[in-house]
Amino acid sequence: MRVSRVITPLYLLLSLVPIYWLLGMSLKTNEEILGAFSLIPRAPTLDNYITIFTDPDWNQGYINSLTYVAINTVLSVVLALPAAYAFSRYRFLGDTHLFFWLLSNRMAPPAVFLLPFFQLYSSIGLFDTPWAVALSHMLFTVPLAVWILEGFMSGVPREIDETAYIDGYSFPRFFLRIFLPLVRSGVGVTAFFCFMFSWVELLLARTLTSVDTKPIAATMTRTVSAAGMDWGVLAAAGMLTLVPGAVVIYFVRNYIAKGFALGRV
Amino acid sequence: MEKPTNNRAWLLVLPVLGVVAFSAVIPLMTVVNYSVQDILGPDQHVFVGTEWFRKVLRDPELHGALRRQLGFSLAVLAIEIPLGIGLALALPMKGRAASVAIVVLALPLLIPWNVVGTIWQIFGRGDIGLLGVAINGLGLSYNYTADALDAWLTVLAMDVWHWTPLVALLCYSGLRAIPEPFYQAARIDGASAWATFRYIQLPRLRGVLTIAVLLRFMDSFMIYTEPFVLTGGGPGNSTTFLSQYLTRLAVGQFDLGPAAAFSLIYFLVVLLFSYVFYTAMTQAGRSEAQ
Repeated sequence: MRVSRVITPLYLLLSLVPIYWLLGMSLKTNEEILGAFSLIPRAPTLDNYITIFTDPDWNQGYINSLTYVAINTVLSVVLALPAAYAFSRYRFLGDTHLFFWLLSNRMAPPAVFLLPFFQLYSSIGLFDTPWAVALSHMLFTVPLAVWILEGFMSGVPREIDETAYIDGYSFPRFFLRIFLPLVRSGVGVTAFFCFMFSWVELLLARTLTSVDTKPIAATMTRTVSAAGMDWGVLAAAGMLTLVPGAVVIYFVRNYIAKGFALGRV
Repeated sequence: MEKPTNNRAWLLVLPVLGVVAFSAVIPLMTVVNYSVQDILGPDQHVFVGTEWFRKVLRDPELHGALRRQLGFSLAVLAIEIPLGIGLALALPMKGRAASVAIVVLALPLLIPWNVVGTIWQIFGRGDIGLLGVAINGLGLSYNYTADALDAWLTVLAMDVWHWTPLVALLCYSGLRAIPEPFYQAARIDGASAWATFRYIQLPRLRGVLTIAVLLRFMDSFMIYTEPFVLTGGGPGNSTTFLSQYLTRLAVGQFDLGPAAAFSLIYFLVVLLFSYVFYTAMTQAGRSEAQ
């Protein structure tokens, strides 16, 4: 295991290099970014961040993104939990086909689905609401959530369910009090992945919103103007998009890292 | 142990089915409609049968994009899956080190895709970017905007940097779900680290690994934003993958019919490969259990 003590920190360090580069860019002026190579910003400036914090469009973009991502994450996990339990515990008519079909919805190329999506959500009056984006993102987060959770639930021995029922637990009580704690590393990683995929997706989020609920990633594309790219502001916005995700992963890290405790039952 | 048959389990699956059917089936039907019609105006649709399918299938540009795409996706799987498993095994298991490692590991996943492309666009430049300057400093000639191989390798490196954490996180959480008694038994038997991995950890990771392989395959097969921002598909067509070609049809030229036909073919190709991977991985599990 001595090798891993060197390799892991080395990998993590390497994976931080592009992020360091992003941080560096966000502290530079456009002239410095495009002017010459510099490892450390020569004249660090917070102008790019100030531009973002003083512009209501940017702030609103953050709030909009967080709104639909939160709706998406909560709904995806809550809907996926019972479904994953059904797939992991029971045989029922068409179960294997249904399971694969769910995931196959992720395989649809988004580019051509943009127009049908736009028509669908416009016709039911959800266009330009956080619900439209959250629902459209659920197309790929829900199947993922079901699949990941099913994997974790199948790892829990079925004897546990049976013992609990013999002990007189009702299904909801058993599910919440005994079963959920056992699959918490799965719930943690699922919630994080739902958050992550919804947070970074841009194509659908931009198509299904126009004025009121424009996501942060769409605000970013505004920095491409006639005068060229505003690299500094884009980099600063990129750094800021890391923050909510880092907070989320910090909170779910305990779920992910907590081991499997059979002794609790 | 066999699973009990219980058709009432359908009730537990129903909410998920409702949501997915609503947001998947209706748009898919629209696309099928487009693929067999020539749309001349808002209310003028002419049925053209399989004309678009034939047109798209004969397109040599598509064949090139498909070959590049397959090479890219296989390379992505060959690098990211072993690397992700290795990382998951080597990550610290508890304490502050584990928290820090997980947060740092996940950071690349949290950057919006257009920003990922933007970072690497400057990062890889030979004159002003850290990566480009470093490689040129080693005496290698590297220019991703002019050399096809360099561009391709840059997209690959970007993808490995961006997505290996997904594999590692999945495997890590999968490892954490292995009950401690399994390890105790292995210790009592005096199993080596390799034997523990091969006979305890790897079989137990099969579920999350199946997801990791399928996800990485599907997503790499539909990669769009990052290479689009980084290279715009060039130089030449060297980094034009299927999705870029499709978007050119659908958005650039607004050829909805061929684009719809193409995306259905695309969909079937991904479906076919995913099904093969899925069956292979579940079969491998079954034969191991016997």
